[in-house]
Amino acid sequence: MAMAPETPNARRPRDRAPAPRTAGAGDTVRDLALRWDTAVGALLVAVFVVGLGSTDGFASGENLAFAFNDIVEVALIALPMTLLVVAGQVDLSVASMLGLGSALTGALWNAGWAFELIVPVVLLTGVAGGLLNGWLVTRVGLPSLAVTIGTLALYRGLASVVLGSDAVTDFPRVYADWAVDTSTVPGTFLTYPVVLFLVLAAATAVLLHSTAFGRSLFAIGAQEEAAYFAGIRVKRFKLILFVVTGLLSAFAGIVFTLRYGSARADNGIGFEMLVIASVLLGGVDFDGGKGTLFGAVAGVLLIGVLKNLLTLNDVPNEVQVIVTGLLLVASVLTPRVVAAVVERRHRREAGALPTGLAGRTGSES
Amino acid sequence: MNEPVPETGPRPAPVLALKDVSKSFGAVRALRDVSLQLFPGEAHALAGENGAGKSTLIKTLAGVHRPDSGEVLVDGEPVVFHGPADARDAGIAVIYQEPTLFPDLSIAENIFMGRQPRRSLGRIDRRAVRETTAALMKRLGVELDPDRSARGLSIADQQIVEIAKALSFEARVLIMDEPTAALTGSETARLFSVVRTLRAEGAAVLFISHRLEEIFELCRRVTILRDGRWISSRPLAGLTEDDLVRAMVGRDLGELYPKQGTDVGETALSVRRLTREGVFRDVCFDVRRGEIVALAGLVGAGRSEVAQAVFGVDRADAGEVLVNGRALPGGSPTAAMAAGLALVPEDRRQRGLVMDMSIERNIALTGLGRLGRCGLVRRALERGRAADWAVRLQLKYNRLADPVGVLSGGNQQKVVLAKWLATEPVVLIVDEPTRGIDVGTKAEVHRLLSSLAAEGLAVLMISSDLPEVLGMADRVLVMHEGRLTAEIPRSEATEESVMTAATGRDTKAAA
Repeated sequence: MAMAPETPNARRPRDRAPAPRTAGAGDTVRDLALRWDTAVGALLVAVFVVGLGSTDGFASGENLAFAFNDIVEVALIALPMTLLVVAGQVDLSVASMLGLGSALTGALWNAGWAFELIVPVVLLTGVAGGLLNGWLVTRVGLPSLAVTIGTLALYRGLASVVLGSDAVTDFPRVYADWAVDTSTVPGTFLTYPVVLFLVLAAATAVLLHSTAFGRSLFAIGAQEEAAYFAGIRVKRFKLILFVVTGLLSAFAGIVFTLRYGSARADNGIGFEMLVIASVLLGGVDFDGGKGTLFGAVAGVLLIGVLKNLLTLNDVPNEVQVIVTGLLLVASVLTPRVVAAVVERRHRREAGALPTGLAGRTGSES
Repeated sequence: MNEPVPETGPRPAPVLALKDVSKSFGAVRALRDVSLQLFPGEAHALAGENGAGKSTLIKTLAGVHRPDSGEVLVDGEPVVFHGPADARDAGIAVIYQEPTLFPDLSIAENIFMGRQPRRSLGRIDRRAVRETTAALMKRLGVELDPDRSARGLSIADQQIVEIAKALSFEARVLIMDEPTAALTGSETARLFSVVRTLRAEGAAVLFISHRLEEIFELCRRVTILRDGRWISSRPLAGLTEDDLVRAMVGRDLGELYPKQGTDVGETALSVRRLTREGVFRDVCFDVRRGEIVALAGLVGAGRSEVAQAVFGVDRADAGEVLVNGRALPGGSPTAAMAAGLALVPEDRRQRGLVMDMSIERNIALTGLGRLGRCGLVRRALERGRAADWAVRLQLKYNRLADPVGVLSGGNQQKVVLAKWLATEPVVLIVDEPTRGIDVGTKAEVHRLLSSLAAEGLAVLMISSDLPEVLGMADRVLVMHEGRLTAEIPRSEATEESVMTAATGRDTKAAA
C-alpha cells in the first residue's frame, strides 16, 4: 500500500525490544482491518447489500449473470496485470491486444477458417505480442511503461490492418452461446467465462501468494537489485509475465468477440485503463512490491457491481464514468490519509507534538 | 560516572548543550536524562553502539525531534527548536553520512539553494553565487569547481559541499554523523584537515564514527551513550580503544578478532585469470575450506567487482571460476548458488535486502525452492527457518513479520548473513561485512565468520578495515587498480605490507 518515503520514524529502534514477541490475535485483527484490500472487499459486500435492498431486479439471476459477464474481459486481464504491477511493471497494450485478437478472429472466420483452428492462432498471436513486450523490457532494457505505450499503438494498428473498419458478425450460435450471459452453468448465475475467471483467479492467487514464483515477484517489485543478488531470475520472470499477459489479452479478445457477436478492430478501446484502475483500486501498489490478488479481484468486481447498480437506477453513463473516477482518486488518497492519521496518533501517544514535521525531515539536511 | 571534566585553565561557555534530555518513541525510550556540552574550538566524539541513542541525540540537536523533557541550551540560554530551520538559524549544521544534493544543479547552486543572492528584479546574482562558493572552497582548502554539477561527485566531495553550505550559514556547531563510513583513506585525511581548520576557527564539532582510531585521531573529548543513557563524558587522553569499547558495550567483548586456528582443507573456490575489461584483469586465487582469505585494497581497486563476477551478477570477459573443481557458467547467480556460492554484498539497502519485506521473507528469499514442494512455499517452514537463524545470530527484533527496514544496521547485516548461511554455502563471500555496524555486533560477526571457517566453510572477505583484515584473515590478497598485486600469509601481514601493496608500490604479482 501507500508507504510514505522512509521517515526517521520508520527507523525507530524498535528492534531493541527485549525479547521476540509473536503476533497476538489483536494485532492480526487490527492489521487485517487496516489493510486496504480487505476494506475494498468490505466495500464490495456493502455495495452488494445496498443493491439488494434498494434496487429491484438487482438480485435476479439474469441481472447478476449480466453484471459479472459484462466485466469478464477486464477481470481476466486484471489477473496477469496484478502480477505485473506487483513485479513493478505495467502493460498498457492489453486492450490493443484484445482488439487484435478480436480482429484476427473475425478476419480468419471470414477467410473460412474453422473456429477450432482460429483460437490457437489468436492465442499464439497474444504470446508473440507478449514476447515482444517482454523482450523489449528485459533484453533491450526499456521501461515497461514506454514499451507498452508503443505497442499499444502498434497492436491496435495491426488490428486495423487485419480487419480494416469491417465488423464480422456471423459467428454461429454454438460458439457464441459459450460466452453470452443468457447461458449459465445450470443452477447458478455464473456464465462460463466467469467460471473460467474464478478458476484462474484461484490459481493466480495461489501462484502469487504461496509459491516461490509469487514470492519472487514481490521481491522484484520491491527491490529488483536485491532480488537479482538473491539469485532470482528477474528477467526470465518478467518475460513470463508479459507473455502470460499477452496470452490472456488475446483470449479476452475472443471472449469479447463472441459475447457481442461482433469482431471489430476497435473492440475494447480504453480497457487498459479500466484494468489498471481496478488493480490499483484493489490496493496493489503501482510502485510494485505490495498488493494482494484478492484486492485486485475485489477492485474489478466493485467497479462491475457499481456500474450495474448505477445502470439499473438509470444513472447516465457520463455520471457513471465520474463515479468510477472519484472512486479511484479515493482509493489512492484514502490509505495515505489513514496512514497520516495513524502516524499522528502514534506521535501524540508518544508525547510528541504533532507539528507534522516528521514526515519531511528525512529529506532535510 | 564522571562529571564532564573541564580542562585546565579558563574556558568559554559551551556553545551548545543538552541538559537532562529524555525522548521516547512509543514504548521505546531512546534517550534518558542525557547531557552533553560542546565548547567552541573542540572536536567532541559521540560514541555508542547502534541503538544507543546517537541518532536521536543528533536529531534533537538538529531540531528534528523535540525533547520530552530536559533542555537544549545555546550559549547557555534555553531554546526550543520548532524545526531544523530554527537549529540552522542558531548556527547548528548537520552533515549526514550520505548527503542529499540536487544532482542536476551545480555545486554553487546547491550551496545557495533557496537563498540565492539577488540582483535587481529578483534575478539571481550568479556571479556572487560562484565567487562566494569559490571563496568557501578556498577557506576549506579544497579544490572543487563551483560550476561543476553535483551529479557524479564522490560522497567525500558531497560532504565537502555540505560543509561549505554550513559555513555559508555561519554555522558554529558542525555535527557529523558517520561521515567517514564510505570514504577512502585519503578522503578521510582531507575531511579531517578541513575539520581541523574549522576547529581552529572556533567551531565546535560533534563527531560520530564507528572507527575508534578516527575518534582518537580527531577528537579531544568523548561522550559515551549506552541504551539511551549517558555513561560518561571525558577526555580521550589516557584512554585506550579497549576502554572505549568496554564503556560502550558495558561488558568485556573478549577479543575483537577472535580468530580460531583451523585446519585448512581442500580447495573450494578457484578463480582463474578472471578478467573484466577496464575493471580487473587476470585475477587468480584459491580459497580453501576452513580458511578466511581477505581481499584488501583501496576503494575502486576492483575488489567488489571481482566478487560480483565470481558470483555471476556481473559477467566476466575471460577466465573461469571453479567451485569444488567444477567450472561455473558465467553470468548466473542462480548457478553460482546451486554450486554453493554465497555473496553478502556491500550495499545492504539496495542489494542485500528488500527493505520493505519482512525479516522472515528476506531470510527465505534465497531458499524459496526448498521451503515446500512443487514450488509452494510453506509459511510455517519459512517462519521456522527465520526463527532458527534469529536465535543463532542473536538477532534483536520485535516480530519476524516486521519489515527488515526497521532494524538497526547491525541487525540488518545479521539478516543478510542469515539469508545466505541458510543456503548452506561451500564458499561465503562477504563484502565489507562490518561496515557501518556497531562494535558489539562487529565482534559477533567476526566470531561468526571465525566459527564458520572452523566448521569448514571457505570465506572470502573483502574489507577496507585494516585491523579487521589483519585480525581475521589467514591470508591477505591485495588488489591495486584491477590487478592482484600481493598474496601475504597471516604471519607476514602488517598494516605496512598490505598498504604498500594496495597503493601499488609493490608490483610482485601473486602466484
